[in-house]
Amino acid sequence: MIRLANVEKVYRTDRIETVALSQIDLTVAAGEFVAVMGPSGCGKSTLLNLIGLLDAPSSGTIELAGKPVASYRDREVSRLRNQTIGFVFQTFHLIPDLRVLDNVELPLLYRKMSGAERRARATRALERVGLSSRLQHFPSQLSGGQQQRVAIARAMAGEPRILLADEPTGNLDSQMGDEVMGLLEDLNQKEGTTIVMVTHDQRQADKAHRTIRIFDGRQVAC
Amino acid sequence: MLKSHLRLALAVLQRRKVFTAISLFGIALTLLVLIVAGALLDNVFGAFPPEVHHDRTLLIFNVRMEGKNAQSTSPAGFGLLDRYARDLPGVERMAITSTMREAFSYQGGQKHRLYMKRTDAEYWRVLQFEFLEGAPFAEAEVEAGSRVAVLNRSTRERIFGDAPALGRDVEVDGVNYRVMGVVADVSMLRALPFSDVWVPHSAAKDQAYRKELGGDFWGLLLARDAAAFPQIQAEFRSRLQRIDLSAEPGFERILALPETLFASTSRMLFDTHDEAESRPERLVGVLGLLTLLFLGLPTINLVNLSVSRILERAPEIGVRKAFGASALSLVGQFVLENVVLTLLGGALALLAAPLVLAAINHSGLIPYAQLGLNLRTFGLGLGLAVFFGVLSGAYPAWRLARLHPVQALKGAAR
Repeated sequence: MIRLANVEKVYRTDRIETVALSQIDLTVAAGEFVAVMGPSGCGKSTLLNLIGLLDAPSSGTIELAGKPVASYRDREVSRLRNQTIGFVFQTFHLIPDLRVLDNVELPLLYRKMSGAERRARATRALERVGLSSRLQHFPSQLSGGQQQRVAIARAMAGEPRILLADEPTGNLDSQMGDEVMGLLEDLNQKEGTTIVMVTHDQRQADKAHRTIRIFDGRQVAC
Repeated sequence: MLKSHLRLALAVLQRRKVFTAISLFGIALTLLVLIVAGALLDNVFGAFPPEVHHDRTLLIFNVRMEGKNAQSTSPAGFGLLDRYARDLPGVERMAITSTMREAFSYQGGQKHRLYMKRTDAEYWRVLQFEFLEGAPFAEAEVEAGSRVAVLNRSTRERIFGDAPALGRDVEVDGVNYRVMGVVADVSMLRALPFSDVWVPHSAAKDQAYRKELGGDFWGLLLARDAAAFPQIQAEFRSRLQRIDLSAEPGFERILALPETLFASTSRMLFDTHDEAESRPERLVGVLGLLTLLFLGLPTINLVNLSVSRILERAPEIGVRKAFGASALSLVGQFVLENVVLTLLGGALALLAAPLVLAAINHSGLIPYAQLGLNLRTFGLGLGLAVFFGVLSGAYPAWRLARLHPVQALKGAAR
């Protein structure tokens, strides 16, 4: 499902060249749940951004579903992100001016789909995360855990084959964290969604099928 | 998607109340000035009674006579119009009117400053005035050089008050004219129908004007339809080439062209009397340029406000990109948001415009001004609002579309 071969990411400014990731070779099979661990600043999120096509590698190749993505143009990359990948962020990144239902509809806005179908799919996603009673609330009216559940519903609404979660429990207490992890596990087991999750929490990482460890931009264990 | 974007646009405007208020004030003020200017131009060039056949009327305003060492530009002479503009193919009616000139009337111990025009009888057929009392003078009065007059309503009230006016004499520049009719006031912005007093051209003491090629008259040609314009112009041009100018020493050729009011104005403003073709696009270009220049400063201001407003929403841009928004769809979304803002400003301007126009009408700055909003000016306001929105939204939208999704998610858009 995901294959990275000899991937390197270097950030360059006028004076400094920072190697964020180097010699990353990684294969994630369809339906796998992979945790990525490592100290802060080691390149975990950069790895997730590269897999999610939010950033491009400085060298090396990335394949999603068997297709190399380097040659894709902006529109094709956008379509791939929209139809194949879902994101869950540590800070939720819900749009404050939109109601919960509208937030969850967001990935579907960029698909050819009727408003009624969009609404129905977003409502179903919210029902699955237990927030069907909060459709018309604004994000600021929800707790952190509820906001993250909305973010998961948003990622789920598009029914992506790959879900990338960047420290999804990082801003939650342990109980809410467990609830969110339960949702991710459920998604992986019932839907077969491939999940790559960055986490600092070993307890959460243990729930994944395997853990990749990054240190100073290099893959040190798998 | 449109509905969602519209809902978000309104939510953002509600959230940033101060920004919204400042922006709306600037937008509404800018559009208000442009709508008022548009209403003025519409009142000058648009089709309003009594010019009900505006779309098929051609005018001969000025003539230019040229020689090796001399040139002269003036309104057309009565002689030129009378001899060479009559019976042109494709013309239904042809009328002659003098330019307006200032005159004075001493009535009831008071001095009244008036504008007066000398016309023929066809003038009242080409232009459809609303007669409140009496009737216009006809061919018989014109041929006889009768001293009769038509007044507008305000002049009638100034001079006669509530007393009857028809059949009574009105003194203008020392000559008594018998009042035959009273018409509704027409704004001074309407060059052809505006006046306070109309008298037969033949009522003049001196009849020398009848032979003049250049003088102080205008010709009004009511064409069968607009399609006949080129034929009329060609025939008139051909007739002018055959004029014997031996009675006009120093001049070798005479130039004039029947044109629409807009094209004639363009010709006068750009002094292109020697050009054989109508070039109204020059005036269109200048008006467009002036509009752009006037929009320039508020656009820059709105662009700055919009850039800071949009960049504050960098994480949203990052999220939208992450979930598949292309650069183009983001540009569309933010341009739409800007257009919503400018449309709201446009709506405020359209609400305020009738009040401003009414104030101008009552100020007396423009005699008998009848400025108001109509479908044309309403459409202009709406069009300007959309244009302003796209113009001021395009650059911020382009900037945000270039944001790197990772940087945008971090909120480090600047």
